[in-house]
Amino acid sequence: MAPTVGLTRRAWMRLVGAGAAAAAPLARSPHGAAAQGSGPGAPPPLPHAAHAMGPVGRVTSDAINPTAFLRTWNFADLPPEKRAEYYRETRRPDGSLLREYRLVAVDREIEIAPGVFFPAWTFNGQVPGPTLRATEGDRVRVTFVNEASHPHTIHFHGWHPPEMDGSLPEHQVVPGGQFVYEFDADPFGLHLYHCHAAPLKRHIHKGLYGAFIVDPRGGRPPADELVMVMNGFDTNFDADNEVYAVNTIAHHYTHEPIVVGVGALVRLYVVNVTEFDLVNSLHLHGMFFTVNRTGTTLTGGEVTDTVMLCQGERAILETRFRFPGLFMFHAHQSEFAELGWMGLFEAVGVRRDT
Amino acid sequence: MIPLAALAVLLAALVFVRPADRLRGVGVPPVERLTVERTVLRPGGILLSILNDGPDPVTIAQVSVDDAYWSFTADRGTTLKHLGRTQLTIPYPWVDGEAHTIKLLTSTGTAFEHEVAVATPTPQPDAQYFVTFTLIGLYVGVLPVAAGLLWFPFMRRLGRTGLDVLLALTVGLLVFLLVDTTHEGLDAAARLPDSYQGVALFASGAAAAYLVLEWVGAVLRTRRTHERTAGAPGAILALLVAIGIGLHNLGEGLAIGAAFTLGEAALGTLLIVGFTLHNTTEGLAIVAPLARERPPLAMLLRLGLIGGVPTIAGAWIGGLFYSAVLGVLFLGLGAGAIAQVVLQISRQIAGPQTIGERLTSVPVLSGLAAGFAVMYVTGMLVG
Repeated sequence: MAPTVGLTRRAWMRLVGAGAAAAAPLARSPHGAAAQGSGPGAPPPLPHAAHAMGPVGRVTSDAINPTAFLRTWNFADLPPEKRAEYYRETRRPDGSLLREYRLVAVDREIEIAPGVFFPAWTFNGQVPGPTLRATEGDRVRVTFVNEASHPHTIHFHGWHPPEMDGSLPEHQVVPGGQFVYEFDADPFGLHLYHCHAAPLKRHIHKGLYGAFIVDPRGGRPPADELVMVMNGFDTNFDADNEVYAVNTIAHHYTHEPIVVGVGALVRLYVVNVTEFDLVNSLHLHGMFFTVNRTGTTLTGGEVTDTVMLCQGERAILETRFRFPGLFMFHAHQSEFAELGWMGLFEAVGVRRDT
Repeated sequence: MIPLAALAVLLAALVFVRPADRLRGVGVPPVERLTVERTVLRPGGILLSILNDGPDPVTIAQVSVDDAYWSFTADRGTTLKHLGRTQLTIPYPWVDGEAHTIKLLTSTGTAFEHEVAVATPTPQPDAQYFVTFTLIGLYVGVLPVAAGLLWFPFMRRLGRTGLDVLLALTVGLLVFLLVDTTHEGLDAAARLPDSYQGVALFASGAAAAYLVLEWVGAVLRTRRTHERTAGAPGAILALLVAIGIGLHNLGEGLAIGAAFTLGEAALGTLLIVGFTLHNTTEGLAIVAPLARERPPLAMLLRLGLIGGVPTIAGAWIGGLFYSAVLGVLFLGLGAGAIAQVVLQISRQIAGPQTIGERLTSVPVLSGLAAGFAVMYVTGMLVG
């Protein structure tokens, strides 16, 4: 009889009045247990669902194409005349480049999961912002225009003088204003940029961030290079993310696997800008990769299949696929994975032991 | 006609011009509100009945269960207008006896959480289910009331004071029920979606029941005066008490049926025993007004049925067509009916005296207190 002890008359009536499930936890009574069998009122099962997991439908708007984003930097996806509005490179006497960028802060509603729209703050209308890529020693000049509704800044990770930091209150660029950030690309590695206006948490999670890659002089070995920004979206502003992803759209790469070649060197530029959760991670199924934390060395270190990154941390991962077929990758925080941070690689070609 | 036409024009203007929208401004997010009206757990999935009780349309974009996006289908689409409904079928492998949290994410990113405190398969109404409801209605409503009627021979031996004490005891019982029903009714009203205006619904139910019983009483009394036949004043009062208690029991039955159907609570034997004991006192309340008369057995039986059978009807309604709105309305009816009966019996105790004078005598006061205490103590058994 013990199970009924917790069931008070008042709780019971309340439960009934609500016509809903929210109530004090109720222990199961012998009657309830009987109902689970084939006894009176046993409910018929639902038809079997083959693909029950994951969100319903597909994202239809074109605010960002995560597949194109993977391999796009310095606005290479734009036609030349359009690209020149946002990116120009000029050879300097010492052989390095002056790279001039134009980043514009705009408010834009973006579809982050099928049918779910998020009132984002963006750089150039996209989340993550455009990937900037320079070589160690290049001069980087970023003209930042604020066409959004709040003051914003751009704060780059990397060596730079304090007035280029975009972090103090006097650094804020008010709506309608602009500022030119200028510094040398240093050190080489995988960095990021993000808005540093207060309140910081909101300015970052609303979408003002992007990857900033600095290549070593002489470059790294040729590879299929992919930029992955791990992010999350707090759609109801309760300081907890409703949607997680790499490159914004939940489960995008599940529907549209990232195609790579078997045996080819694949280099992942992974940046963690998830807010609210202390860490994020990337786990790749069926294989291992070399981790080069922050990308600040040429060699890389540990070989693993799961890498953990704190907020703002990043790593360059290198690997070669041995087997053709589909390989899942996702945050090993299962919660993040099932809230959108999950995808697939599709390796094509014949098996090659690496 | 002219005022009506003017009103129609005004309403049309309000609908088309929408002056309030100017205050809301452009780009102000819509007011979204979703209520889960009913949860059904079946092997292989969860069914949720959703109501949009906010002013603006709401589109359910995604559903997550325990922090995992899950596929779902909606039988009437995912965009709900004001007071629109849909049923979501979520093929989620829920775990028996464990808790699950379902989150509805709208197109604007607003999240509505719904908790299944303990997952158990929701029983489906079938013939055997129907029989079970009837039996429970008998146990909880009809048999206890009938048992209460057995006080009758004892009551006939009581003197004037003894009878007053007994009637006062009845009033005590009923006042307790009135307080209890009102409490439950207002509680339930507060949990209804705002659009249903639960408290007003409860009050309307109560007022309606009260006035209808007054009217029935008046009609019966008039008929008796005219025909000079059937029934002494006690018989009419007993009938009114029976109807009042019947309405109250209808609400109780509804609660029982709904609890079964909602699959949220499984009734324990202890609970049924408690309700039964609690309700035995109701039979006493019905026969008390008849102590000075010689009612035929058939009449007693009929009164018992009027008081008890609604429990069965309530269980059926609750079990087969439960809605929280109906629950509030029925609790309101019960409260109004009991209030009327309390007043009727008080008048009878008072006789030619004012109610105030008569009620303050020691025996009557003791009776009132005793009635309240009996309900309080038996009520403790179930809560």
